[in-house]
Amino acid sequence: MSMMKMTASAFAMVAVSATAAAARENVQVAGSSTVLPYATIVAEAFAENMDFPAPVVESGGSSAGLKQFCEGVGQNTVDVANSSRPIREAELATCKENGVANIMEVRFGYDGIVFASDINGGDFALTPKDVFTALAKQVVVDGQVVANPATRWSEVNPALPDQEIMVFVPGTKHGTREVFEEKVMTVGCEEAGALAALTAASGGDEDKAEAACMTLRTDGRSVDIDGDYTETLARIDSNKAGIGVFGLSFYENNTDKLKVATINGVTPSTETIAKGEYPVSRPLFFYVKKDHIGTIPGLQEYADFFVSDAMAGPGGPLANYGLVPDPELAAVQAAVAEGATVTMP
Amino acid sequence: MTDATSNLPRPVPGAGPQPKSLLTVDARTRRRNAAEKRFRAYGILAIAAAMLALAFLLFTILRDGSSAFFQTYARIPMTIEASVVDPKGNRDPAEMAKTLTTSYNRILQDSLADFIKTNGIAVEGLDDDDLAGFFSGQARADMRWAVLADPSLVGQVIDVPVLTSSRVDGMFKGRVTRESAALDGKTSVAQFDLAMALADSGHLKTRFNWDFITGTDSSDTRPESAGLGVAIIGSAYMMLIVLVLALPIGVATSIYLEEFAPKNRLTDIIEVNISNLAAVPSIVFGILGLAAFINVVGLPRSAPVVGGLVLTLMTLPTIIIATRAALRAVPPSIRDAALGVGASRMQTVFHHVLPLAMPGILTGTIIGLAQALGETAPLMLIGMVAFVTTYPSAPPQGLFDPASALPVQVFNWTQRADPAFFERASGAIIVLLAFMLAMNLLAIFLRRRFERRW
Repeated sequence: MSMMKMTASAFAMVAVSATAAAARENVQVAGSSTVLPYATIVAEAFAENMDFPAPVVESGGSSAGLKQFCEGVGQNTVDVANSSRPIREAELATCKENGVANIMEVRFGYDGIVFASDINGGDFALTPKDVFTALAKQVVVDGQVVANPATRWSEVNPALPDQEIMVFVPGTKHGTREVFEEKVMTVGCEEAGALAALTAASGGDEDKAEAACMTLRTDGRSVDIDGDYTETLARIDSNKAGIGVFGLSFYENNTDKLKVATINGVTPSTETIAKGEYPVSRPLFFYVKKDHIGTIPGLQEYADFFVSDAMAGPGGPLANYGLVPDPELAAVQAAVAEGATVTMP
Repeated sequence: MTDATSNLPRPVPGAGPQPKSLLTVDARTRRRNAAEKRFRAYGILAIAAAMLALAFLLFTILRDGSSAFFQTYARIPMTIEASVVDPKGNRDPAEMAKTLTTSYNRILQDSLADFIKTNGIAVEGLDDDDLAGFFSGQARADMRWAVLADPSLVGQVIDVPVLTSSRVDGMFKGRVTRESAALDGKTSVAQFDLAMALADSGHLKTRFNWDFITGTDSSDTRPESAGLGVAIIGSAYMMLIVLVLALPIGVATSIYLEEFAPKNRLTDIIEVNISNLAAVPSIVFGILGLAAFINVVGLPRSAPVVGGLVLTLMTLPTIIIATRAALRAVPPSIRDAALGVGASRMQTVFHHVLPLAMPGILTGTIIGLAQALGETAPLMLIGMVAFVTTYPSAPPQGLFDPASALPVQVFNWTQRADPAFFERASGAIIVLLAFMLAMNLLAIFLRRRFERRW
């Protein structure tokens, strides 16, 4: 009998508190795992220095975060979505459909993408052309489109070490992959002169040729990593000939195990990326639900604090961790302060 | 017996093959014996392989994780410089709160530089970055809180243990060596030498790290202060909810199905469905939790109450199956006797059958709980795989505050870039395993203590 009472009271408790739990006091953040470390640093400092409860930061990827963000307006939806890419038109449309009409887009800095290999391995001075020639599924040899025959880096470019080709690339669900395809493979494709040949081979269809440029070989020399950079690091640890594609901040935390490759002769660092010398970088964003400002305490303050000079500026904790500060941070700060929103489709 | 043997044809001496003695082993028997020996060897091999895998797992986890329970602290006099913490000089806490934690690094850095100078510690190539990066980011936050709580500290010299950075801590755990420090962008050989010099003079000590068990999670820049407190509370709240909901519902369902329900098509279908539910992948319950509890009921994200409800759904089939098995194991004679002396069906069940089945029910429940304790997947979609740095308050309100869970903490830490988080993740696994072990021991104890055999 007591059991029934227990069950009944448990249900009653849940029902009563469901209504009582209406007022959420903390900022709820979701999204990109690339932005996650920066968001946690800001959340921690925000809770330390402000009189607001600590924001809760979920991760799960840019797309998953934006999907949650666009689910609607209300206490049980997230306030901020972190993203390692700009929001897409389709996502904006979903947002609008669900009543999320006022969105603030905040670009808070840039993230570099680096190629790194085992610390005791050879030195790599890569160009996008080398990477394309080593990793593309189809390359052009003597004007003919053929399946990639290269097995060693020295075959790709005699200046590179005589080391087996083995590259660990983030899987397609990662935002890093998109940047890698766009800034390395596509550029390399053009530099190698393969774009024209591939266009001719596909009967003049340029879209098809561009897709072919970005297609990686599937014979085991290019390995998709669906996990995190820690997995890539573990793979390099067990296969010393491997080269991994990492975020700059991850590399900077593991410089005792990894050696970074130069791209076009430029060593990646926050300085070279800020100056625009290092080619492979991407902007990082977070999106704020403007309708929640005023209802969720501390949301405006969180956004302001995130882009403040003390956080995202040069020499701040985010830059120390590996973020490339936005050269136009002052403009971003002004936009956040006045609450500029994205124009909806 | 005797009749049967007497009817058998007796071998006639001299006719047909000579009967062999039972003591001489023929080829057939040898083969059978060999087969049996082989089978036993396979069994022993299988057990050995399992034990080896377990030993290897435990060994690597203990090797990698035990260091998380120890942490290095510095004991150096810190001068709380008034010009840094109270630039206006009016000792007004509201004004002083405007000084951010990052500024407090000045105090730590200058105090360390002074200490090196006054004590004549000679380290080559020491620069400002080495001094600034010597202490944890958490140390500045702690100092700021201490100063804001007690403004009279301004201008004083305090002597408390100060948390060092993860790299310095790693030097005493073998994670950072002098060679790796030379290559590491976050530390240097000079910092290594300084740490060794301070340790030699007794100003750097490694002690048991209670903060690892009670502290909150921290950001990627300060692995040295990351703790499991929020995760342990979150897991405890969820287990509480699972226990309070799943045990009564599960037991009531089982009693009805086993003792009262008519055996017909409908109960058969229910039975099959319960068995099926037990095999449903746990992520499915997470999707259900998101759709039902968050989107329809409107419960908050990241809250233990939602996690608890989801895990309740997941644990229910396990408890129902275990309880029904326990009820079935009670001999029918007990029921017959009770009914025979005039007890009602309900009296029979509650006075006689249920007490006898209790050990089995409790064992099943605890094993179900242990399973729920280790689940991460269903928590992913309801927002519990998150970075939470505030403790949830006491229940019932605390059930609605954001919290994390133990397996989630392991998952989160393995993804972080700083190598020091690897140690933390392994340490968290040790804590999780300790909880599991305790629960399983409790299950065994209850079974041993109360079980009755017939």
